[in-house]
Amino acid sequence: MTSSTITIQEMQELLIHSVKKSTANVFSTMLGLDVEAGIAITNSGSQGPTDGVLSLIGLTGPWMGTGSISCSPQIACKISSALLLTEFGAVDEEVLDAIGEITNMVIGNVKTMLEEKVGSMGLSIPTVIFGRNFLTKCGGSNGWTVVPFQFDSETLLVQVCLIQNDAGKQGTVGRLHRSGTDHE
Amino acid sequence: MALDVLIVDDSAAIRKILRRVLIQAEVPLGDVYEAGDGIEALECLKNNSVGLIFSDINMPNMDGIQMLREIKANDLWKSIPVVMISTEGSQAKVMEAVSLGANGYVRKPFTADQIKEKLAGIIQ
Repeated sequence: MTSSTITIQEMQELLIHSVKKSTANVFSTMLGLDVEAGIAITNSGSQGPTDGVLSLIGLTGPWMGTGSISCSPQIACKISSALLLTEFGAVDEEVLDAIGEITNMVIGNVKTMLEEKVGSMGLSIPTVIFGRNFLTKCGGSNGWTVVPFQFDSETLLVQVCLIQNDAGKQGTVGRLHRSGTDHE
Repeated sequence: MALDVLIVDDSAAIRKILRRVLIQAEVPLGDVYEAGDGIEALECLKNNSVGLIFSDINMPNMDGIQMLREIKANDLWKSIPVVMISTEGSQAKVMEAVSLGANGYVRKPFTADQIKEKLAGIIQ
């Protein structure tokens, strides 16, 4: 299957499968933690307002857009503590770096799985934000594929929005879905 | 015999993890140097004797592939084993690194056993 033959629906399903597999693998291998995926949804438009830690990484190629991980400061500290075997009580530069690297691994492995279907893609360096009451929007796209994961009774979100580089052919992933549409 | 190692990654977290993993993998470590990108790594090589390099690929300023090119083009450094560690898992990227002279390729996420296994064929 090549980029020209993959449909938006197939991309949607591929994204959900890839995010679930990649996140479980990274958390298991690097953190020694099992995470359980919840029901994936597609959200249209902007995300938020959001509080906490948000890590963003760009994807380029035949499909381009953004991948992200968002979670509470407490979850960010717990992930960093598990990754670095050091106790973190508050979000600091080390925590932001750790969350950025986890994002790099999760979305990087999603990218590798997507490449089997759509061809070579590129990955940017992650940017991590810690703050309150911010909105996010992926430029040029209407849809985020959102996969929630349960972590210590809180929710961590792994999200990807992609638009086909040749937008005239098939449009964006999200355009075929209403806000909050459930998958699986 | 102790091995002086250079770890190149823009993430301080990964540099710290790799140090820990090398100890877990029972690598006889000497000095461990760290660099945040390819430029810092080449500067480190100018000033220190290094027996093994671990490097990420996606880094700012100079990426791991360009750094590998520079190392393998330098008569003083070209015999230093370089193991690439990256989320870049595509066969094309692995082949590119190997064709440029990388001695190994480990995909993130990684375990201590994977690092140990990779090093078994590189260091005696």
